[in-house]
Amino acid sequence: MFESLSDRLQNVFEQLGRKGKLTEDDVNTAMREVRMALLEADVNLKVAKDFINRVKERAIGAEVQKSLKPSQQVIKIVNEELIATLGQPGRLNLSGPTPRVIMLVGLQGSGKTTTAAKLALMLRRDGRRPFMVAGDTYRPAAVDQLVTLARQTNIPYHEEGTSAAPPDICARGVEAARKADATVVLLDTAGRLQIDDDMMDELVAIRERTQPAEILLVADAMTGQEAVRIAEGFNQRVGLTGLILTKVDGDARGGAAISMRAVTGVPIKFMGTGEKLDGLELFHPDRLASRILGMGDMLTLIERAEELFDEREAERLQRKLLKNQFTLEDFLKQLQQIKRMGSIGQVLDMLPGMGRLRQQVNIDNEDAQKQLKKVEAIIYSMTPTERRNPKLLNARRKQRIAAGSGTSVQDINALLRQFREMQRMMQMIGRGNFPRIPGLFK
Amino acid sequence: MASLRDGLKRTRQSFFGRIAQAIGATEIDEDSWDEVEALLLQADVGVGTTMQLIETMQGRVRRDGITRQDQLIAALKGELRKLLMEPQPLNLSGRELSVVLIAGVNGSGKTTSIGKMAYRMRLNNRKVILAAGDTFRAAAIDQLKLWGERAGVPVIAGQPGSDPGAVVYDAISAARARGAEVLIVDTAGRLHSNFNLMAELVKVRDVLRKVIPDAPHETLLVLDGTTGQNALTQAKKFQEAIAVTGVVVTKLDSTAKGGMLFAIQQELGLPVHYIGIGESMYDLVFFNPTAFVDSLFENGSEE
Repeated sequence: MFESLSDRLQNVFEQLGRKGKLTEDDVNTAMREVRMALLEADVNLKVAKDFINRVKERAIGAEVQKSLKPSQQVIKIVNEELIATLGQPGRLNLSGPTPRVIMLVGLQGSGKTTTAAKLALMLRRDGRRPFMVAGDTYRPAAVDQLVTLARQTNIPYHEEGTSAAPPDICARGVEAARKADATVVLLDTAGRLQIDDDMMDELVAIRERTQPAEILLVADAMTGQEAVRIAEGFNQRVGLTGLILTKVDGDARGGAAISMRAVTGVPIKFMGTGEKLDGLELFHPDRLASRILGMGDMLTLIERAEELFDEREAERLQRKLLKNQFTLEDFLKQLQQIKRMGSIGQVLDMLPGMGRLRQQVNIDNEDAQKQLKKVEAIIYSMTPTERRNPKLLNARRKQRIAAGSGTSVQDINALLRQFREMQRMMQMIGRGNFPRIPGLFK
Repeated sequence: MASLRDGLKRTRQSFFGRIAQAIGATEIDEDSWDEVEALLLQADVGVGTTMQLIETMQGRVRRDGITRQDQLIAALKGELRKLLMEPQPLNLSGRELSVVLIAGVNGSGKTTSIGKMAYRMRLNNRKVILAAGDTFRAAAIDQLKLWGERAGVPVIAGQPGSDPGAVVYDAISAARARGAEVLIVDTAGRLHSNFNLMAELVKVRDVLRKVIPDAPHETLLVLDGTTGQNALTQAKKFQEAIAVTGVVVTKLDSTAKGGMLFAIQQELGLPVHYIGIGESMYDLVFFNPTAFVDSLFENGSEE
């Protein structure tokens, strides 16, 4: 739904279309677009303003590198500055006397309990001995949730139901962890608003009683302008040591991360990426930067592609592509595989520079599934020979296929056009005109 | 008991605090427009709607001879109000059993909202039954059961990890056997971008339809009020998948402004039925668009 920043800047610079130094006018024009992109990505207004000022300073008078267009030069500067603003991924501070205490705090529904279990698993994989404490006595069944997750993953835990006060539970939890010879204790706390004074006092009390090495704010990647106040509020009252961004597997642009990082200055340590308990990753500033700018999340796409694509199948396709033997059968297979990665539109969104192509090829999200069904019906109604050689398809054959698949000749023609388009696209990619994506078009 | 006004106090204070400061009863100048833009953007109104509003307002300033900033604010209030739909009552009567399907992303507040809704309905002497359709998240079933106890409403549940469709099927039978008037179906949180989970949600809806052809009679999307621009995408995707009929916005007792509602109502025409303004059973109130806009502009002194 968002036009990518690169598409926008290309539009802006098309009129200019020359090389040399970036003038103040060039930069100002470009920065209007960058500002829009940042705001659409939920970067806080003030944070966006500061960011733009920094980029302007760097960009005005900057030499446009020979290999780059002015728009690309601007993107390069913006991207570098964004990565710098997002900062290096933070590591957990786990050296010192054990058990080390990690306290998770945040708003309701940001994902603290799930993240506690994910972190515990990650720590165990790293050879630590994690322990969980159920400190949320407010939300109905929050304790049960933590206990269920702990049992599922076989991680020792401490809970006292909902009758005791959370600071007491947490303090006794740390003691229990010590006795159980655990090395890291994860304290789950109830979700709370940063403006709720009593509840914030409770966090301070938990902190005083347990002396945590880490206090991590667990925040939803979809958060809007509010992100600044949330992060500031928690940081001022309890003092944060890091951020964990959750629900990053969604399609939010994640600008909240910049806002929170900017106002707290603490590093982003992890990203939650899925409902499964292994869905926790180290933070990658470069990936998030290109995502915030709407420039595609190449690396995520590559990873997803690698997960889903059959290596040998890909090689077979590659050979076919080079020999120009890519058939409708392969086309169907490819479509089905792309489908498994998410909707076609979504996949194209992850590819930089694909915004325009997407409009041309006219594969949009809503129709993707319907279209795929149609395509399947059409291709299955063809004879194997026809699938391998679509050139055979004359008017009579098309009528037969239309009748067999419950579609029209126009549908078949549209499919063939799309197929040829894809063939062309893949050849272009084969020749290196597009970024190479392992597995997908290799 | 929290009222809409209390719940929106924060919103109004920070929002108006700044607008009052910036825009007193003085003449409109360049800065006024910058301030209006900043305020709307910071309320999560979004770039598109904000630009559109400013354009409309600039036209009105020329046409209607608006010169002072307080007039500008009054007119802006009117425009904002126009973007919001008249609230509609939930379509839950005139039949033996009405079914409400609840959906939303993870952590938006579905289960809590259901508990509060059930309590409201029971206070209005409606016979309500709940279906624990979130069989995925650990202890989600227990959570709904506890809400059922609090609200005094029975909960039909299956085993964790079981097929949500089967739970829904059982719940309809139970609702009919007990003569319930309203069945509210909880579902697992899911990101709208997750193809498989959205397909599963469609399946739950289809099970409902198989038993009661015109069900669900209401399909409510629960949106987190602190969400930014992604809320519109969420609403679009859920609407496409399961034909959402209305929205519940939660966590508006925070300092979040809930500004994405304007774009959602304008682009998707989805009525907002309730807003969540706290953690207690009473903290779910009817959405009142006039109060919502007014509250944004009431005087305050936070910042």
